[in-house]
Amino acid sequence: MPESIRERVMVRFERCVGCHSCELACRVAHSRSGSLAVAILEEPKPKRRIFVEQAAESPAPFLCRHCEDAPCVRCCPTGALRFDEASGLVVYGVDRCIGCHACVMACPFGVIQPGAGDLFVVKCDRCPDRDLPACVEACPTKALVLERDFLLDRRRRTVRRFVEAARTAGTEADFVATGSIGNP
Amino acid sequence: MLLKKAEIQARTITEDGQIFLQKAAQDGLETVWDRYEVQKPQCGFCELGLSCRNCSMGPCRIDPFGEGPQRGICGADADIIVARNLGRMIAAGSASHSDHGRDLVEVLRKVGEGYAPGYTIRSVEKLQKVAAEFGIASDGKTPSALAVELAYAMEEEFGTRKKALTFLARVPEKRRAIWNKLGITPRGIDRETSEMMHRTHMGVDNDWQSLLLHGLRNALSDGWGGSLIATEISDILFGIPQPVTSEVNLGVLKEDQVNIVLHGHNPIVSEMIYEAAQDSELLALASQKGAKGINLAGLCCTGNELLMRRGIPMAGNHLMTELALSTGLVDMMLVDYQCIMPSLGEIATCYHTLMISTSDKAKYPHMAHHEFHPETAQAKARELVRLAVENYARRIPAKIQPAPNAPTRMLAGFSVEAIVAALGGSVTPLIEAIKSGDIQGAVGVVGCNNPKIQHDSGHVTLTRRLIQNDILVVDTGCAAVAHAKAGLKVPEAATQAGPGLQRVCKALGIPPVLHMGSCVDNVRILNLAATLANTLGTDISDLPLAAAAPEWYSEKAVSIACYAVASGVFTVLGTPPPIFGSPKIVKLLTEDIEGLLGASFAVEPDPEKAAERIVNHIRQKRKALGL
Repeated sequence: MPESIRERVMVRFERCVGCHSCELACRVAHSRSGSLAVAILEEPKPKRRIFVEQAAESPAPFLCRHCEDAPCVRCCPTGALRFDEASGLVVYGVDRCIGCHACVMACPFGVIQPGAGDLFVVKCDRCPDRDLPACVEACPTKALVLERDFLLDRRRRTVRRFVEAARTAGTEADFVATGSIGNP
Repeated sequence: MLLKKAEIQARTITEDGQIFLQKAAQDGLETVWDRYEVQKPQCGFCELGLSCRNCSMGPCRIDPFGEGPQRGICGADADIIVARNLGRMIAAGSASHSDHGRDLVEVLRKVGEGYAPGYTIRSVEKLQKVAAEFGIASDGKTPSALAVELAYAMEEEFGTRKKALTFLARVPEKRRAIWNKLGITPRGIDRETSEMMHRTHMGVDNDWQSLLLHGLRNALSDGWGGSLIATEISDILFGIPQPVTSEVNLGVLKEDQVNIVLHGHNPIVSEMIYEAAQDSELLALASQKGAKGINLAGLCCTGNELLMRRGIPMAGNHLMTELALSTGLVDMMLVDYQCIMPSLGEIATCYHTLMISTSDKAKYPHMAHHEFHPETAQAKARELVRLAVENYARRIPAKIQPAPNAPTRMLAGFSVEAIVAALGGSVTPLIEAIKSGDIQGAVGVVGCNNPKIQHDSGHVTLTRRLIQNDILVVDTGCAAVAHAKAGLKVPEAATQAGPGLQRVCKALGIPPVLHMGSCVDNVRILNLAATLANTLGTDISDLPLAAAAPEWYSEKAVSIACYAVASGVFTVLGTPPPIFGSPKIVKLLTEDIEGLLGASFAVEPDPEKAAERIVNHIRQKRKALGL
């Protein structure tokens, strides 16, 4: 993947402890002051772009997936929402937005929300000024990770499962005996 | 992994700290700063005081942005939860200092009953004075008999229901009237802490204002009760501190001597170790092992206690405790309780250092436990000093790095009695100096270290600014050690003060920053303030005084700050306390409380700005007094 393309924030649901730290960090990152103690007094209150919901038994954070063929982009009548090839993000330009909220209806994940004050809608911008999005940085259990770490983790765990399964299934001698390896 | 120069400089302003941060990194140690880094970012709900774990329906959190839950499961809102949490911090802090006081009462009683060989009553004068305050006549009684009677009377202060604590007689009348009006006169030491735990149980006190008021009463039970008892009995048993010269920083650890470091808060153990370290038999053994002597050094407040009375040098303050071990020169570290990082034992395993815990209520991983009891303390102290001496030969040369910088000189031992003596027998000259403007006011700069603030920079920057403005600084605890390391505690430091304060310091031969003791000794500052107010027939809140805790971290500091404000002293905190989740509580404590108590809190992490606020406050107070 070229470096200019930003990685998506991925969720390892099994790790989420439901602490809501990502939500707080998201609000602070999108506040005027940038400090928690001051941000809570700001009006309008800074909005979060990530949502920790209770799904079945486990808590689960959810945020904009920055879809490549995004329903929100497709239904946007003014081009306020567009997929930015350079960054790989679905970006929102408030100057072109007419506040029709078609994107809010179209998003299958429910992560685009009606804005308040000077914004028509609010969605994840993947913290353009930061290397690591605020939510990823704030997650104490690393339930939120960037795509690269997510994939690495998935691969390694899967490989480990395969190897463990092979080990418990039988010794090398068993494989030799059954003709699977070393006995062409 | 080695640290970059910029990283090290961002962590501490001290020369020895910077050197040994790198040594610790070289030796592969994980220090408090490393652990702080990996805890970041810290939980925002907890930072704001909006998380509650008081019961098992929870844990609950309030959304400070108003979108998520605004009530805990029990129905408590942000204000109730913040007030409950703050109340419990005060209770824990008050309990800690007061339990320390109780330990000393027990020793006093055992000394009187003859069950504590080795301990004596060093200040009969103070014993008689305090006994008189408790209505116990001294005439015809031996000091031992008097000690037993006083100990019983003080034990009564802890649990029994009274209208008010005995030491409240020292408080200016106007102040007591305020407490009575607000219903916050402290009644019993344990009682107020116990009541706070009761009130903050689910479904008891759910009025944030009355919770906060009780918090003040709880803190007052520490300041004018438990802590004051701890200080007064320490003086009775171990002597009233008098000005004494000493040295500070890691350079006090000697390469050619057996180094025993004393860390914690309670002087009961360290005083006996001090005695044992003078023992000729043990000194002979040390010389037999090739050591030139037995060198005692202090850390934190156990160190301050011994420094104030015996002049033993200080190795450092709270954030230096791990780094002291990294010198490889500590043959034994003895710890009692409070502020002892549980990491110390494991760090010591990288060196030859023997780690010894001594309190029946405080055990730590990787430490040998040798309990001290008054009955056997003398023998135990000798046994341990012997172990330390024998351990001298087991030093690991490859891991030793003596501090290259020379220790900084300092003057300590400024008890109220010593200050009054230095002034010629009364506080009048001090009042005159304040009236004339040579001294604009006085500020207690106290408190801990916190890795959230560059080590010692909060204390030193603030204090430098204050003395430049002709404000006398008195200090205790880790702040006091920070100032000493910065060279502010020698008479020559007067040149750094404004012209007025400089004159006073030169006339009296004192430094512009006076060391008044350990953190439990903050009550000495309180006593001095009360003495000034009583002499003038006014209230503490009328005087040009303030307090600051630029780098505080502990629950004890919360209790101290609350008793300072409740006693009428404007108090500036450097580290924000977990109360910002309730704007109502912030407003009450930083603004509205002024109308009730004549003093308030302020939160200001920048020491320069904190100094500005304090200077303005003192100017206002002077103006109100017509000065």
